[in-house]
Amino acid sequence: MVKKELFFRGYKSILKSDSPAIALGCCFIAIGALLKNIGFNIQESIFSTMLIYALPGSLVMAESILVGASLISIFIAVWFVNARLYPMAVSLFPLMMDEGQPKWKYYLSCHFIAVSAWLIMKSNYEKIDKKDRVDFWIGIGSATWSVAVISTIIGFYLSDYLNKDMLMGLAILNPIYFTCMMVGAMKKIQVALSVTLGAILGPVFYFFSPEWSILLGGIFAGSFAYLIGEKNVN
Amino acid sequence: MSINILLSIIVTSLATYVSRFLGVLSSVRIKETSKLFRWFNCLAYATLAALIARTIIFPVGVLSEASYLSRVLVVLLSLGIFFISRKNFVYPTIFSAISMAFLNNYF
Repeated sequence: MVKKELFFRGYKSILKSDSPAIALGCCFIAIGALLKNIGFNIQESIFSTMLIYALPGSLVMAESILVGASLISIFIAVWFVNARLYPMAVSLFPLMMDEGQPKWKYYLSCHFIAVSAWLIMKSNYEKIDKKDRVDFWIGIGSATWSVAVISTIIGFYLSDYLNKDMLMGLAILNPIYFTCMMVGAMKKIQVALSVTLGAILGPVFYFFSPEWSILLGGIFAGSFAYLIGEKNVN
Repeated sequence: MSINILLSIIVTSLATYVSRFLGVLSSVRIKETSKLFRWFNCLAYATLAALIARTIIFPVGVLSEASYLSRVLVVLLSLGIFFISRKNFVYPTIFSAISMAFLNNYF
């Protein structure tokens, strides 16, 4: 089973002063309020955050429901916007793979892949033995996941008291927090170039195809940064 | 629960889990020291940066009602505070929420 000590060490990592818990919480407060406004009840709102746990996906779902989109188009739209989770998983899970750990831990805990938990794990994994990393990761993921669910509930019940200015404030918080975290992570040339080029190419590709912009921008920017970085190292 | 909302939630969660699950399946064969791993690391950072930039420049939801100028101003000021505060994450984040709510009434 999961080692308690490692699990709680991971769980407590969101209590640090620079933890993403505040930004994550505020964002899901906004999501809770949004879900109530489009007609979700409290059970549906909780269920939605528990099962989806990816902010852009929830936003796309909410917009699609509002315009009455079909289930297939919801699936495709969400898959596109959340496809970033694939490279995020591939750039994180090899750090945790250990022969001694059961596979179910990896298949279940991949549900926790989201920007906040991913960034915490990326900046802490070196301090943990490889065989214990997945337990630590489950701790981080459970913590960020519970913050998201609790915040959705708060947002649902606060929605009547939140005006548009407050909702805007809550909505900008998350991208700003992640912008700072990404800028803070720009220590190696490959990461610095990936972040800079991704931030430029993502919006540029939006003019050609809004649906494909994140994926295409990410693939081009990431590959270009990788090639320049490799050349530089060699 | 209404059946349409319930189905939408299930479909959205499946569409989200697919990418996560396939990522784990691929990870089994990828060594953390390999070139492929480094490439995927770049792809992950670049895709995240693309997503965040898109969220700020072409937002969906309530942010789309804020003017372009106010959003850009909030980002630049917050980054300024980030560097002045020696890369503290909390000050610029809290500042951004307050300044966005404030600036929205003026720009």
